[in-house]
Order: sequence, then structure tokens, then C-alpha cells
Amino acid sequence: MMEGNNRNKNQTKADNRKEDLFLLGGKEFRSRFILGSGKYNVELIRAAVEQAGAEMITLAVRRANSSGEGNIVDFIPEGVTLLPNTSGARNAEEAVRIARLSRELGCGNFIKVEIMRDSKYLLPDNQETVRATEQLAREGFTVLPYMYPDLNIARDLADAGAAAVMPLAAPIGSNKGLATREFIQILVDEIDLPIIVDAGIGRPSQACEVMEMGAAAVMANTAIATAGNIPLMASAFRQAIEAGREAYLSGLGRVRESGGEASSPMTGFLRD
Amino acid sequence: MEQIQKEQLQKELPSHMEYMEGMEQIQSDIFDKVISAREDYQAERYTQQDVRNALLAENRSIEDFAALLSPAAEPLMEEVAKKAKMETAKQFGSSVFMFTPIYISNYCENYCIYCGFHCHNRIHRMKLDREEMEKEMAAIARTGLEEILILTGESRAQSDVEYIGEACKIARRHFRMVGLEVYPMNSDEYKYLQECGADYVTVFQETYDARRYGELHLGGHKRVFPYRFHAQERALKGGMRGVAFAALLGLSDFRKDAFATGLHAYYIQRKYPYAEISFSCPRLRPITTLSGEGEEQIVSVEGKGVGERQLLQIMCAYRLFMPFAGMTISTRERAEFRDHVVGMAATKISAGVSTGIGRHSEEVEEQGDNQFEIADGRDVAEVFAALKERGLQPVMNDYVYV
Repeated sequence: MMEGNNRNKNQTKADNRKEDLFLLGGKEFRSRFILGSGKYNVELIRAAVEQAGAEMITLAVRRANSSGEGNIVDFIPEGVTLLPNTSGARNAEEAVRIARLSRELGCGNFIKVEIMRDSKYLLPDNQETVRATEQLAREGFTVLPYMYPDLNIARDLADAGAAAVMPLAAPIGSNKGLATREFIQILVDEIDLPIIVDAGIGRPSQACEVMEMGAAAVMANTAIATAGNIPLMASAFRQAIEAGREAYLSGLGRVRESGGEASSPMTGFLRD
Repeated sequence: MEQIQKEQLQKELPSHMEYMEGMEQIQSDIFDKVISAREDYQAERYTQQDVRNALLAENRSIEDFAALLSPAAEPLMEEVAKKAKMETAKQFGSSVFMFTPIYISNYCENYCIYCGFHCHNRIHRMKLDREEMEKEMAAIARTGLEEILILTGESRAQSDVEYIGEACKIARRHFRMVGLEVYPMNSDEYKYLQECGADYVTVFQETYDARRYGELHLGGHKRVFPYRFHAQERALKGGMRGVAFAALLGLSDFRKDAFATGLHAYYIQRKYPYAEISFSCPRLRPITTLSGEGEEQIVSVEGKGVGERQLLQIMCAYRLFMPFAGMTISTRERAEFRDHVVGMAATKISAGVSTGIGRHSEEVEEQGDNQFEIADGRDVAEVFAALKERGLQPVMNDYVYV
């Protein structure tokens, strides 16, 4: 099997989709759709995972930290990689503690760092996120930091040992789509890590667009959870993400900004 | 006769606006902002068009909130409820959090004329000792609940900070999340209780109408209106993670009180953006008192005009104004009402509730009387099943102690 490294933006785009593996934390994934789990009924998780074709599912450690009836962990199908998050953390120290707890709870080695000092918009604190990423990478976690798309911070996260960078498209739960489109594109172009777009994606078409832009994967929760038919929406997202990925791999045609093609070229006066 | 006594008593009492000795005073402009906005709020001024604009707004302003609380919104309740449900789903999905309160003491030093615990009411007083707390909490934990709210009557003498701290420590062993609904205290005391394991503080302001507050609270430290008002801020300064707000609807003009409650939470969130904010929405309930001859009687302190429709309106207005805030629905309301408002506006529901002392475990022999009569007596399994039935996801814990 070819050791495909599709993170490299400059490589010739693969012509065979079968080789298009998504590598993260030493694991290979075929799906580029990361599913949320915290906003819909636990009985629907299995159907959503199946319809989404998802191989990775996020999970709040604070929800997993439960022994009682309806513990969410019991409803996640086997074989799906858990991506536990540190929601509830207000600073780097708290995030580190929650990550360690996640390990103790048997949630694996992946950790999505979420640090918020804002209860209204739940916007991530980039500086604290860099600090937590540094520490957790040192402790051997596969660290996936949720962040506000800032190029300098993304570089710091890469230096700190992040396995991927997870910029937000819009505030969590807002379903507003690609509010940070231009800045996500900059990260896609400049950062040599997978860019996983997280938060704010409200519809499959937006997920498709972000994949066309070259994002490595998309994470969605509220858009699925608030749909009338959760498994069906999960399926719609899967197809949109696959379509966007294929479009990216195939090399999108040039889009004319405006106007027609000039019949006599502007550089026609050149002699040689 | 009784009325005259109360009026005389009030004249002789110290002003309810003056701090008592030992009460911490903090610098904050939130008090003036909230109280003056409440004064100025004229609910009748708003039209249905204002309400429609508020519904269409993406981020709702204070004026939008004012319109949603106005009588003009009542004919539009169906639309309001739909919008509220959408916002709740966006923020919380189908999750509904479950908890129960535990009353550990019903001693009280205050004379609040609408409350069953008040110090002149001849009820059976008691408090749980450590061993009884242990039994009660173990019994509650066996029902599957992982979140508990510790309540006391407001007596520093009978339930001092250390006593409450002991309760928090025991609760931490049995539960994953511990909240407090006790008398307001100083920030260093909140800090101590936070270290003992509590992370959330609820204080009902009862009414934001200062004059009416003075008439209703005729004795004890609770009489001090501004000290109570600043409790949430002191709790946050003491390191608490979240604070809850409420007016006891019906004590004064309920629209003005709901408006003030929302603004209080709004300004606290702006000043302490990391604080987790939530609302409770209690209406006045009948209380049991003993008559002069020692007979039990149920007394209703009349609530002014807060029907179920108005209560739902208030809950939806809180939701639309602060979509991210938590909201608890009280057992003061009947089961069907509660079942319908969770997932629509409310995000948290209690189950297996007793407002008396020592009622959870059969091993605690002596029991103390109730604070108020509840309307939904269902146990944890019944509420759990009812949530499932409605397509909601009961969540026992969404908290990690850091």
C-alpha cells in the first residue's frame, strides 16, 4: 500500500481515492467526517455513526465522567476512535487535568483541547490552548487543539506538537457556516498539519465547501443534532464531505471572478 | 390585626438598604443599572411589532428582552415558544440535566412572610447531623442522580459556614456536582465552600422591588436587600464556577421582576464572561403554617397574575435573551407543565423532591417540615422515563471537578 501523505498541499493530488487516507496520531482513517455526540439522544449515536460513515466521534470528558444510567460511552460503537474534549476547562491547567482524567477513564490517547473563558459565545482562548498543547504533547497525547483561526497561533500550535489544528468556522452551535472562511484558507495554505474545521458548520454544502478548500476533515455536531432526521442528516454530511474531498483532489477548475475573457490578450504586444 | 402588627414591626426595623455588621461590601455598578432599569421598564409600551422584531433578531438586545416580557407578546406565545425551542436545541441539543435538592436544615432567623420556613412559623425544626447527611445523600445517590443542590433555611447560628462545608464534603463523595442554595455570605466564605466541593451558587433575590422587599422581609439578615443582590458577584469572586438568578414571581410586578432578573444575569455575564449563568423560575406556592390553636393550615400568599402562560412567557424570554444560560424548572409546577417546558426553554429538572428534612432515607427517623408544597412528586425513574418519552436525553452529569 502506498504511504500516502495527503497533508502535503503541494503534492500531485491523488488520482485514486482508495489511497486517500487521513493520517492522525499514527492511525489511518478513511472517513474525514468527525461526528459530535453530546447533543442528541444516545440511542441515535449508532445510527448516526453508521450513516455518517464516521470513524471518529467527539465526546466531552465531563459527560463521560458518569457512572449512572445513560452513560454516553456505553452507546458509542466499538471500533470508533474516541476524540474526548476538555470542555469545561477555563485555562491550560484545567485542560491538562481533564485530559489526564480522560486517559484514566480509558478514553484513549487523543485529546481535543477546548479552553473557554467565555460562557456566551464559547470562543476558545488561543493563548491558553497553546500552553495546554505544549504540556499534553509532552505527555504523549495526540493533541487536537480547537482554536480561533489565527495564523501565528496555528504556527505556535504546530511548534507545540499539535497533531492537527481545529479552527472554528463560526461560534459553536451557531450553524452560521464559514464566517472565518478567508482565515481558514490561510491556515490550509500555510500550516503543514491537517486542518480540521470545527464548529459553526450548519449545512452539508458548507462542509463540502470547506473540503474543497483543502481542509483535511470536518467536525459537526449541532447541525446534525438539530436536524429533523439525525441519521439522514449524518448521511448528507458524509456525502458532502466526500464530494468536497474529491473536488479538492481532482483540482478545482479556475473560477472567473468577473467579466469575460479578453479576445486580444493584454500581453500581445510583447516581441519575444 | 396581623397586618397592623407587621406594619408596626416594619417601622421599628432598621432600613433594609443598610448593611449589617460583618457583611462584605463590594464595589459594583450592576446594582444601580439593574434597579434603575427595572424602575424605568414600562411593559405596556411595547407592541406586537416590537415582539416580532425581537423574534427575528439574531442577537437580542435589552429592548428585545423587554418586548418579549411585555403583555404584547402573550398573543404570540406560539411563535415565541417555537423560537425558544429552536434556541434551546441549538445550545443544548436534546440534553436535559437531572438533579435533586437536599434540605439539610430548616432553621431560619428571618421573617419572610411568604415562606414556610420563616422564624415565626411554628413548624417542626431540625437539621441533619453528619451521619444523617451521609444516609440521606447515600439514599439519593442510589436513585442514580449525580448532581445535588444543598439547601438550608437561612440561619447562621444553626447552619454555619463550617456546617455547610461539611455537607459539601460529604456530597462530593456521593455526587459529581454540588450546588448550594443557602444564605448569602462573604466572598471568603464562598471560597471556603468552593474548596469543600461546591461550585455553583443559587440565590433568589425574591423581588427586585426594593420597597416591596422591605415589606416582605421583616427581620433577620435577609432583610438587607443590597447584600443579597451582590451575592452572585461575591460567589464568583470566591471562585465559584456558576451562579443562578431568580425572582420569586408574584411578590411584586412579575414583568418588572423578570426583567430585572434577566438584566442582573446579563451584567454579571459581561463582567465575569467565564461564569456559567442560569435561571430559576419559581412562582409563589402555598405554605403550611400552624394556626393559633395549633392546627395545620395551608396559607396562600397571593401571587399577582402569574399564570402558566405568563410563566412560560418569562422562561422563553430568558431563553431568547440569553440562549446559552441554563434554566431550572421547579417542582412547584405540575408534572405536565414541567415535561413540556424542558427542551423548550428549561434545561434542568429536579426529581424525587422533598422540601422537608430527612425525607430521602428511611434510616433518618426524625423529620423536619416542608418549606413549601410541591406539585410534582415523581421520583427519579419516573422523570427519567418521561424525558425519554418526549425524545429528550436525561443527563446525570455534565461536569468535571477541576
